[in-house]
Amino acid sequence: MRLTCPLCGPRDRREFYYSGTEDYLNRPPEGAPIEAWDDMLHLRTNPAGVTKDLWYHETGCGSWLLVTRNTVTHAVLATELVAARKGGAA
Amino acid sequence: MPNLIAKSALFGRAPLTLSGTTLAEAQIGPITSVAAFRGKLAKVKKVLGGFPAPNTVSGNLIWTGPEQAFVLGQAPDLSGLAAVTDQTGGWAALRLSGPLAADTLMRLYPLDLRAAHFPKDTCARAPLGHMQSILIAEETGFLILIFRSMARTAWHEIETALQTLTARSSAEI
Repeated sequence: MRLTCPLCGPRDRREFYYSGTEDYLNRPPEGAPIEAWDDMLHLRTNPAGVTKDLWYHETGCGSWLLVTRNTVTHAVLATELVAARKGGAA
Repeated sequence: MPNLIAKSALFGRAPLTLSGTTLAEAQIGPITSVAAFRGKLAKVKKVLGGFPAPNTVSGNLIWTGPEQAFVLGQAPDLSGLAAVTDQTGGWAALRLSGPLAADTLMRLYPLDLRAAHFPKDTCARAPLGHMQSILIAEETGFLILIFRSMARTAWHEIETALQTLTARSSAEI
């Protein structure tokens, strides 16, 4: 498996650390009900198909990546820098 | 302050040459990490006289990450513009040059290091085995920056890979 780091180019999977679902990027706003936080922390879908998750380019440039991939075909469909998203570098 | 004798990471290690390919410790002088504060990259660029594009070396500047670079030699004053840290004592530098340099390192790095793909003045943050490193392509070989505490392990890994390739090239089939 190879992931294309937007900065470093295509790299081997061993350079990356898998963090988990993209849900971690969507923090509930301040004052949100406890259920929203519970959902963000614990409620997960387990799709057979396209999924988005966070990877850290650990032995590379140290960027967080949002990776779109397919759990059925193992295809990596897209990678983008979390820092390049709106509010991503905050 | 008395003038102390600085010892390099592989102090006293003689260069190793096999098949015309030489592994040696390199002395590259002061290393300063420069990480631009948010929105200050343009000003940092001005002071440094440029900033390397990802995966490239320009002059004495080595790209090491997003909006981050290593300055070799004396670094200018960047107060208020960037997080500047002296890294001189933290790194060991190894130089591998000669005809087997790329093949040797390709046994350890998961990268295509042939000259067509990784030409002079290209650099990469990439793992040497399991060790974090910065790899820089030079005219006739590579400069490898590795954490100082891992210098001897890195030497051993590269030495073993070079020995293997040498043995293979001299074997009668």
